[in-house]
Amino acid sequence: MSAGAAGAFAALVRRDLLLAWRRRGDRLVPLAFFVMVTALFPLGVSPERAVLATLAPGVVWAGAVLATLLGMDTLFRSDLEDGTLEQMLLSPLPAPVLVLAKVLAHWLVTGLPLVLAGPVLAGALHLPAHAQPVLVAGLLLGTPALSLVGAVGASLTVGLRRGGMLLPVLLLPLYVPVLTFGAGAVAAAAAGLPAAGHLYALGAILALAATLAPWAAAAGLRISVA
Amino acid sequence: MAWTFLTTRGLDGLAARWAPRLLAVSALLLVAGLYGGLVLAPTDEEQGEAYRIIYVHVPAAWLSLYGYVAMAAFGAVALIWRIRVAEVMMAAAAPVGAAFTALALATGSIWGKPMWGTWWVWDARLTSELILLFLYIGVMALRAAAEDPRAGARAAAILALAGVVNVPIVHFSVEWWNTLHQGPTVTRLAAPAIHPAMLAPLLVMAAAFMVYHAGAVLLRARCLLAREPAAALAEEAA
Repeated sequence: MSAGAAGAFAALVRRDLLLAWRRRGDRLVPLAFFVMVTALFPLGVSPERAVLATLAPGVVWAGAVLATLLGMDTLFRSDLEDGTLEQMLLSPLPAPVLVLAKVLAHWLVTGLPLVLAGPVLAGALHLPAHAQPVLVAGLLLGTPALSLVGAVGASLTVGLRRGGMLLPVLLLPLYVPVLTFGAGAVAAAAAGLPAAGHLYALGAILALAATLAPWAAAAGLRISVA
Repeated sequence: MAWTFLTTRGLDGLAARWAPRLLAVSALLLVAGLYGGLVLAPTDEEQGEAYRIIYVHVPAAWLSLYGYVAMAAFGAVALIWRIRVAEVMMAAAAPVGAAFTALALATGSIWGKPMWGTWWVWDARLTSELILLFLYIGVMALRAAAEDPRAGARAAAILALAGVVNVPIVHFSVEWWNTLHQGPTVTRLAAPAIHPAMLAPLLVMAAAFMVYHAGAVLLRARCLLAREPAAALAEEAA
């Protein structure tokens, strides 16, 4: 990355964080959604400790996936509406770097709170304490991958009027591996089995998403903006 | 001259010539394959006559993956070389592949009821096939949602390519997660674990489905081209 691109990357992350901070109420919606989705399961299934402990890995991960999905539509939309996105794509800076900066800022604002809330919610669902570090490690690896893959979907739907409705249909099939490995890691850890294999797979998915998704999302933005 | 099929008019002419021929060949193969599979092939020792659904199920499942790869390949060509007919072919391939996926799921479910005692299990193969269907639906929905058909086709092509990366990951993630479906008996490196008398009709059916796929995609491409404004066609012909 050249100095210009690095500078633009840092500036864009700073700008997006500042914008998020000025509208901090909005950015907490995915977190609130995550908490509420998790709270539905004790109400809907059973408040029993044993039942909830079995459900905990899947519920927390499915909640994190859905909360990420909910926040994804905002990634490029305001920049498209005020014309910033067009200027970004017109600039000589490499578009994938700019996409990566936006995804990083977006993850810090919406993904990181999910990582922090995950163990609290899992604890409330009586997930054994020894599985908590695996949950946090899995969320740390998995939620950035969700944001990166989500950026591809967001880039393709940002120009559409019904884009927000279409996004879950596009993204949920792509989110399945993160969900299975993430929940699988926690379930294995809770059962006292080694979870490293699942975490390695999540790490591999993150590496793959970080290398391919910015390019795909940049190509998608060029189609949506044109 | 040989590359005229890369223009919309050329593709239209090609499809007009070849779609009926391919569909006719596929109908002949289908009759032969069904006769071989339903009448000539021996009865299975364990499953009785019920196994005969594999003559539809297995080729449909193969074609669901083949159709996805074909769709994504057209999408890649459309994105890399900006070839319009590749966009049309990609758009035409999506519903055909989705139909094969749905057929594989439906026939598998019908077979599963007497054999496994249930219509559906959350098995690796079944789940990844279902996710494949969702990927097809996403590609079709994205293309349909765009106001500009060309932009829609290119966006759908990116999604199809993202799906290509994802399909093996989905496959292995669910494979390690839970499995009931049997392993491959034909598409493996060792000799097929199926009797030749049962295998021959299966391969004929697979050929019939594959030729049908080509014919149906070309026919759909013609329909898509017919919907495009005549001005666009004239412009390319000039």
